[in-house]
Amino acid sequence: MTRTALRHRLAERGVDRQLWLLVPGLACVLALFVYPFAYGIGLSFQPSEGGFLGAYRTFFADAYQRDTIATTLGLALPAAILNVAASVPIAYRMRGRFRGKRLLTTVLVVPITLGTVLTAEGLLNYLGPAGWFNRALMSIGLIDDPIRLTNNYWGVFFSLVITGFPFAFLLILSYLSGIDPTLERAAATLGAGWWQRFQRITLPLLAPGLATTFCLTFVLAFSVFPSAVLVGDPAGETRVISIAAYHAAYEVYDYPLGSAIAVVMGVVELAVVAIVLGLRSLLYTGSTGGKG
Amino acid sequence: MTAFQELRLDGVGRRFGGRDALSGLSLTIRQGEFIALLGPSGCGKSTALNCLAGLLPLSEGSIWQDGARLDTLPPERRGFGMVFQNYALFPHLSVRKNISFGLQMQRVPRDEVKRRTDEAIRLVRLEDHAGKLPGQLSGGQQQRVAIARAVVLEPSLVLMDEPLSNLDAKLRLEMRTEIRRLHQTLGLTTVYVTHDQEEALSLADRLVVLRDGRVEQTGTPQELHERPANRHVADFMGYRNLLPMRVKAVHGSTVAVDGSGMTLEGTPVGKFAAGDEVVAGIRPEDLHIGVHGVPVTVEVVEYQGRELAVEARTADGVALHIMAGERPASGDSITVSADPARVLVFPGGVA
Amino acid sequence: MTTTLDRPAPARRKIVASPASWIVWGAVVFFLVNLAGVIGSVVVNSIGTRWFDTWLPESFTTRWYASAWTEFGLFDVLVVTLEVAILVVGISVLVGVPASYVLARRSFPGRRLVYLLFLLPILMPPITYGIPLATVLYKYGFAGHLAGVVLANLVPSIPFVILTMTPFIEQIDPAVERAARMCGANTRQVFVRILAPLLVPGILAASILVLVRTVGMFELTFLTAGPDSQTLVVALYYSMSAAGIRAQQSVDAMAVLYTSSMLVLLVIALRFVNPTQLVARVKEDPT
Repeated sequence: MTRTALRHRLAERGVDRQLWLLVPGLACVLALFVYPFAYGIGLSFQPSEGGFLGAYRTFFADAYQRDTIATTLGLALPAAILNVAASVPIAYRMRGRFRGKRLLTTVLVVPITLGTVLTAEGLLNYLGPAGWFNRALMSIGLIDDPIRLTNNYWGVFFSLVITGFPFAFLLILSYLSGIDPTLERAAATLGAGWWQRFQRITLPLLAPGLATTFCLTFVLAFSVFPSAVLVGDPAGETRVISIAAYHAAYEVYDYPLGSAIAVVMGVVELAVVAIVLGLRSLLYTGSTGGKG
Repeated sequence: MTAFQELRLDGVGRRFGGRDALSGLSLTIRQGEFIALLGPSGCGKSTALNCLAGLLPLSEGSIWQDGARLDTLPPERRGFGMVFQNYALFPHLSVRKNISFGLQMQRVPRDEVKRRTDEAIRLVRLEDHAGKLPGQLSGGQQQRVAIARAVVLEPSLVLMDEPLSNLDAKLRLEMRTEIRRLHQTLGLTTVYVTHDQEEALSLADRLVVLRDGRVEQTGTPQELHERPANRHVADFMGYRNLLPMRVKAVHGSTVAVDGSGMTLEGTPVGKFAAGDEVVAGIRPEDLHIGVHGVPVTVEVVEYQGRELAVEARTADGVALHIMAGERPASGDSITVSADPARVLVFPGGVA
Repeated sequence: MTTTLDRPAPARRKIVASPASWIVWGAVVFFLVNLAGVIGSVVVNSIGTRWFDTWLPESFTTRWYASAWTEFGLFDVLVVTLEVAILVVGISVLVGVPASYVLARRSFPGRRLVYLLFLLPILMPPITYGIPLATVLYKYGFAGHLAGVVLANLVPSIPFVILTMTPFIEQIDPAVERAARMCGANTRQVFVRILAPLLVPGILAASILVLVRTVGMFELTFLTAGPDSQTLVVALYYSMSAAGIRAQQSVDAMAVLYTSSMLVLLVIALRFVNPTQLVARVKEDPT
């Protein structure tokens, strides 16, 4: 009788046998994500020299290593902001139905399939000194000598825009189509012009979605690795933190330092995400009146 | 399914996170009976139905079917049928396959599945739509599929959870008759949940009125309609005028009450002494416009076909709902009165 | 789409639009032109012979594709890629769908924590957990083989399946499951006869998206793959960063092959899911 009573009490709080369905998924995440992460954190505190915090001290004491944080943020933040900021007006224009919308969204998905390597190849070819972009600018007389757009900051930045913009655009478009269009019509009947409608009605409802989109785009840009090597300047201007981590772990075989850099990377990234999500929680996040 | 003689709910209760959604429901359902569970939303009527179905485990109490304990069985082994509020048809299966699903679960031989499915389709008159998917049907047709799916198994008990609430007014009346007809022709035992008192009164042999998870009153439609046990049941049974008053005097079988700017004679429900706070309940149709009685001023007049619904106000500003035969105009002064037998006096104050 | 008759058609947009919309459309066109340039230059390079300092190569050829095939052992790489992708998709669907069912349907103590746990692998850059994960996988001898690559790729894939499936599961009315139980179906029958058929589109969508992600996943595969367990992206990266050894054109040929196969997959995926529907659960066509 007490066992059935206990079962009742647990079932009342939502605990019963169906929860076993969660176990395989949880086991995978625990074994393949949480445990290695914890292991990595543990490893980062056991460097071969320098004591408990030695690996972190090594990282922060060396300007060449330390500056990778600023380099990465210097790439990822502007890229994410540009991707989100450019997506909003475009998605706002396109939120209604029009012919070819599906085609356009499909075309915008293409860059997601490109993969880092094709994007890198393409940027090297297209933006290179003899590439089509420079040729076009020169032939219309805007410049006299080719401008250098690859193997530096801009090459990486463009590759982040190419992969990040379509992603941000699709997310924002979906958030926008989730806002009931009659709300704007209602505002119009109350005498609001299009800017007032956008600013007072649509934007506040969209803001939480913008925050989420920014986070996801930022994560994408923050993890930049292959393109920083291929179209960037991996020893200088675009030595991002993932290159530092990879270098430490797989070229110097200093696993504690590699883990420490990975931890620093995670902390910096989560800090930015936490700030944005913290701001988001201050906003209205309820229903946007859409169907669904 | 084997029919039962009686199904007994014994102190059935259900808690959600420490809050009683239903408590102490005791009820005996006899074979062939049509029982309606009636109450406002959140009163526990759907909880009661789901507990009976086995879709929700009980927190307390037990359910017995002719002496065999039922509440420990999972829903699929109780042998009940159920009609859901939004029909819950399987969207990927045709009408025919929806109806035969339960027979297939019971591993009924194939030719019998076909025969019984055909019969059920004919019963709900959907012969022309048997091959369609639920999405291609109208609301009323979907409702009939849901009913056919529930009765094709010849269940010992059919549970219906507000089956008519998603239909428009005209269709609702038609389906109401249809449900009663099926109940009678198939000899089903039915438990029916609704918040619509008219539906409950017209369909059920017996009503159970629930409020805040507790039974307020159980009885035949006539008993509840004429003798509501308290003002909450009265409110539900169409006593739209519930006026807070005070007992002036008790004379034998009637009491005189005053307050809200008027004095009335009424029939007490319970024992009262002079000075008690009470609530007087009167149906709009029991207030008559005449020469003597309470003077009121007409405010709003609604045309309702044969009759007019009038909202009037007493000198003290208390609103009265009246049914009138002919049209008084807004702003008119009239006097209304009621037969003391039709004025029910309930205990007042906080309850 | 069939029942939209009663909806008034949206007013046709004016052809002469405001300056704002010219700017917006101009930005889109600029982006698309440059995108076409990026892709086009790779495609042209992959079929060109000598191309220096001119608009187009001197002549065209298909031999880079042939040489990519032989030089890189492309067949083996493709087989590995396919093996990894199929294993990852299969396992993550089997593990992810039941978990997403529980997360979509049930509330239980600690649900938010579990949800966060499933969200984290998607929120973190792959390098951050890839390095410690690779270290652990090397310690237990998985890394350097197919098993290691598959295990590493499961980390973002399982949460991805869960997130993709959740809206699909939420679309199914829970009363349908209860109705099946009232018809006498037990838990297994409810899953097999009712839920599985209703979830097929969702499972297909999730599978193809995971496939695309896994084939495209560079970091995790790069960190855990050995010489004979490289997928296409990793092989591409190595051949590209070892510049000078291989002809650039044949790297381009390989990249074009890679992208076109990804594109085919994605176009198939888009037949099942609207890309704008993945985050907000909005039905674009009211039914």
